[in-house]
Amino acid sequence: MMEIMEGSHAVAHAVRMCRPDVIAAYPITPQTHIVEALAEMVANCTLDSEYITVESEFSALSACLGASAAGSRVYSATTSQGLALMFEVCFNTAGMRLPVVMSIVNRALGAPLSIWNDQQDSISLRDAGWLQFYAEDNQEATDLHYIAYRVAEDRRVLLPAFVCFDGFILSHTYEPVEMLAQDQVDGYLPRYQPVIKLDSTDPVSLGLFASPDYYMEFRYQIDRALKDSGKVIREAGRLFGEMFGRDYGSPVEEYRMDDADCAIVAMGSICGTIKDAIDEMREEGRRAGLLRIRTFRPFPGEEVRKALSGVSSVAVLDKNISLGSKGAVALEVRDALYGSGVPVHGYIIALGGRDVAKKDVRNVVEMAMAGKGDIFYGLRREVLE
Amino acid sequence: MTGEECPLFEAGHRACGGCAAALAARAILDAAGRDTIIVSATGCMEVFSTPYPETAWKVPWIHSLFENNSAVASGISAALKKQGRREKVIALGGDGATFDIGMLCLSGAFERGHDFVYICYDNEAYMNTGIQRSGATPYDASTTTSPAGRCSMGNRRPKKDLPAILAAHGAPYVATATIAYLPDLKKKVRKALDTEGPCYVQVHAPCCTGWGFEGEKTLAIARLAVETGLFVSYEMENGQVTRVKKVARKPVEEYLKEQRRFRHLFRPKRNDEEIAKIQAIADRNAEKFGIDIKLKK
Repeated sequence: MMEIMEGSHAVAHAVRMCRPDVIAAYPITPQTHIVEALAEMVANCTLDSEYITVESEFSALSACLGASAAGSRVYSATTSQGLALMFEVCFNTAGMRLPVVMSIVNRALGAPLSIWNDQQDSISLRDAGWLQFYAEDNQEATDLHYIAYRVAEDRRVLLPAFVCFDGFILSHTYEPVEMLAQDQVDGYLPRYQPVIKLDSTDPVSLGLFASPDYYMEFRYQIDRALKDSGKVIREAGRLFGEMFGRDYGSPVEEYRMDDADCAIVAMGSICGTIKDAIDEMREEGRRAGLLRIRTFRPFPGEEVRKALSGVSSVAVLDKNISLGSKGAVALEVRDALYGSGVPVHGYIIALGGRDVAKKDVRNVVEMAMAGKGDIFYGLRREVLE
Repeated sequence: MTGEECPLFEAGHRACGGCAAALAARAILDAAGRDTIIVSATGCMEVFSTPYPETAWKVPWIHSLFENNSAVASGISAALKKQGRREKVIALGGDGATFDIGMLCLSGAFERGHDFVYICYDNEAYMNTGIQRSGATPYDASTTTSPAGRCSMGNRRPKKDLPAILAAHGAPYVATATIAYLPDLKKKVRKALDTEGPCYVQVHAPCCTGWGFEGEKTLAIARLAVETGLFVSYEMENGQVTRVKKVARKPVEEYLKEQRRFRHLFRPKRNDEEIAKIQAIADRNAEKFGIDIKLKK
């Protein structure tokens, strides 16, 4: 059923229909509307979950880790500083192969303090072993939660997943969203069947320490499972398309890429603006296209290389920066295109909520075509003087 | 089978000979039985009992991080409730995990009132990393980060009163126990498990390696801590002290002189002033808890 909903509420309803047994979350802007909505559902018995109002994000994910190890489906949501506080538990959750699903309502990291959107928070956890999905709009933010649970809990994967969507731009915006019915979700997402769990009838020890004789093999297996999850994501995305008409089979979306000369690469809500700008440029006869990355982990290197190998210039828009180096997406795209000869230009853009308009996208395309890149785009020079 | 026939905390682990924490683990599981899930913090006990691919634990056991065992236990407790399971949850941690780095998670879990038992094996310093001071290190103890030296008498602060802090959270049952009296320790663990809500048991667990005494003296040292009044074994129910172990007190130096960590109080020359300060701590304990046995003249 199509409804006009705030992004956070649409996500909360999707989470409700995934039937998490345990929810543990700590309030942080702009994630609050999700956890408030879930608390209300629990208070009104429309959601049968144990809801733990923890004293910190660190405990939120730790409690999820414990509940997941005990065999329950779990959920949390956070952003920015909260995710940074979870850093240690993030690595641990993936290392212990626990399929926790967590919404990341993307927000900048301090200092300086900023509550506004960029993607520095989840990008900074790219090495933690979690799957990372990035939504363009609220429909996708909603659908990706069903897909994330299905993939994370798949026995071939057993890894945790972030579902990332842009703070305020999506979380606090009302859009039409096609909500699934509970029986549809139940038909798509099977009940969680843990391979092993804490259970006194069949005791196991979880979280042992590994000497140098074993540590590398554990890390190898996590990496292999994450890389192999690409196949499971495609299966789950395709099945979703077959059942509900919205296909998520590809980890990337190609928009007007067929004969594109200059390709933009980006993730998240900014892609809506980029598509509009591309439509305008196309009307003027300029052959611009967009390659949108939906799955950042595992990184779809092959798809990226295939989509971009024919273009003459690539402009990557990064809402993050690896300080002292470059934007994370640009680095990945360069790696994927290594040896192809296709020039990749990086643009650090829209940090801390700086707005991006269609004209900015056009400017970036012009710069890329002129061979100018690896810059912060849209700096206010008068502030720097 | 339980107890001696088939211990749930199995032999063959890598603890030092004379390790009180290992003895405590065995007693705790003897009392708790099979239907128990253990949540260990990083620390000596975790490391010596679970080097991959081996484990000493015959009950379900999980270790996540150093400071989050209370939060992990919260999640497990919630999951068991949702699944309608009846296993008991015990979070286990050393004093570093409990008094210091895990304090936030511990406070949160107790405030929220989860049904679990937190057991701290208190060996009064960070033993796993090489005997550094913690918030549980007693006054004047020499550790590797509070070493006695020409201008220092060792640790400058008294031990944090964690049982009182947790009782103030509204915990229905808080107890201290010691490996010197195992039946009493087991009784308290059982009582904590049988009490609904978050309960705390702090087990005094002398560390032969860290405190500097021979492993065969562990029980004797633990007993001396009680007999001198430096460690008080008591129970608190709903914030009130309800039971205290009474003793015919001995002077504190009988306890201090047996341990390398207090050697600087006796060598190169005896420091009467500092020993008197420690005696005063024992005297205050005795008065506060009323531990002295009054002998009829």
